[in-house]
Amino acid sequence: MMDNAFLSTGIPSMEQIESVVPSKARREKGPFVVIECFQEIPCDPCYHSCRFGAICEFEAINDIPKVDWDKCTGCGICVAACPGLAIFVVDETFSDKECLVAIPYEFLPLPEKGEKVLLLSRQGAEVGEGEIHRVIPGRKPAGTTVVWVKAPKELSMEVRNIRLTREGGASRE
Amino acid sequence: MKTTELAIIGAGPAGICAALEAASYGVEVTLIDRGDTPGGQLVKQTHKFFGWHEKSAGTRGVVIAHNLAENAQKDPNVHFVGSTEALGHYRDDDTLLLETPEGVKGLKPERLLVATGASEKMLLFPGNHLPGVYGAGAVQTLMNVHGVRPGQSVLMIGSGNIGLIVSYQLAQAGVHVEALVEALPQIGGYAVHASKIRRLGIPILTGYSIKEAYGERCVEGAVVWQIDNKWQGIPGTEKDLKVDVICLATGLSPLCEFLWQAGAEMTYIAALGGFVPVYDENMETTLSGVYVAGDVASIEEASTAMAEGYLAGLAIAHSLGKISDSHFDAKRQEYVKELEQLRAGPTSKKIVEGLAVLRDEIGKRVSA
Repeated sequence: MMDNAFLSTGIPSMEQIESVVPSKARREKGPFVVIECFQEIPCDPCYHSCRFGAICEFEAINDIPKVDWDKCTGCGICVAACPGLAIFVVDETFSDKECLVAIPYEFLPLPEKGEKVLLLSRQGAEVGEGEIHRVIPGRKPAGTTVVWVKAPKELSMEVRNIRLTREGGASRE
Repeated sequence: MKTTELAIIGAGPAGICAALEAASYGVEVTLIDRGDTPGGQLVKQTHKFFGWHEKSAGTRGVVIAHNLAENAQKDPNVHFVGSTEALGHYRDDDTLLLETPEGVKGLKPERLLVATGASEKMLLFPGNHLPGVYGAGAVQTLMNVHGVRPGQSVLMIGSGNIGLIVSYQLAQAGVHVEALVEALPQIGGYAVHASKIRRLGIPILTGYSIKEAYGERCVEGAVVWQIDNKWQGIPGTEKDLKVDVICLATGLSPLCEFLWQAGAEMTYIAALGGFVPVYDENMETTLSGVYVAGDVASIEEASTAMAEGYLAGLAIAHSLGKISDSHFDAKRQEYVKELEQLRAGPTSKKIVEGLAVLRDEIGKRVSA
């Protein structure tokens, strides 16, 4: 059953997050997808976007996506495909102290590789500082850009947005 | 007087899809819109649509509008008539009266599809007359069509998909969104849209409503407060927000004045958005030959409006003798199934209940 708090805040509970994250063993193997889609709405592009069959076929258009993490390579194609911007990829094997988080990003200007950015939580709160690792521009016309950001490893399940700090960056006071 | 096989009022998603479907069977279509280009509200929708991968899910509304308009332009059976308002339909001589840039003209259509969409609901509160109080549709038009920011700092009212989406678009345009208030205890729109704006740091205050807007000559701020379960404000819970824009996204009503004038039977079904025409499973109203599709028939998503447009276009082509009964039955089943699937989720529960009430109404009329 849907968590009532989620429906009044838009912020999933820890239990909801845990239900869409793979086992510890899988997390230690490499990048994995986290699909934060908790409400049945008519939508299926994620399934069609995955060339590895890691997002299971839908029985009905309102189904919530199910992931087979053994097939997921963490490529991030589905991050750009999701109309709801609800898909992220997390790589906790990036380095000893850092993880990578792939985030759908639809703001201008786009960040650049190597740029230092603020890391934001699901509430939009600043939780730390990170560095842009890769920027994958959206497919034409008007696709969603995917930003891969380096973050402290302990924030892998916290960081879900970034804020640019340079002049002219999308900011929120 | 000019004649046409099918006149469609409104070149939004429902109207264009109906035009393309009917035209594909050789129906000669006149597609009328008060705008100068086809696309309706789709042209303002910069977010990616949900739905089926095969049916342009993942594509932004503005791109869908562009693609549909291009297909309509290429189709020799579709004649687009822009900058034209439909004034009325007169049954005694089956004439549609149009206000065109060249003056008022008559048109005699064999079939008529009313796809006029919806209008925004106003909200009553002190100060709602002040410049700076906008409907969400106007904010979208300013920003996404004309590239003009509506102001510096916004209070959004209403957490349906429109309120959530427009908040996101404001943030994309570099406009500060101070808060979004929602009178109900839960967010009305899709959770993924809500999560998107929360990640930007935009607060969503559920159980809150606007108490008043204030300002000398325009909006300089707004007071919001918590409301109790009888929709009354709770003194002492006020929050003073320094905003210069108050954006209303408090729901839509079917834009059905044209159908009232034409004499279609109307019925009040709150779940469908208010007064809606009585129509059958082929989208035909109680006026023979007059059909509806899209938000004028029930307030839903654009994906549903498009599916209804295809269904109405098909039914009209069949009624004009352009397709066989067997082709019609097969294709109709396909569209009906698509609509059922789109409405199968929990977010469409109210709509399904509303449509059941409508079917009952028709049942009563048939048996009476």
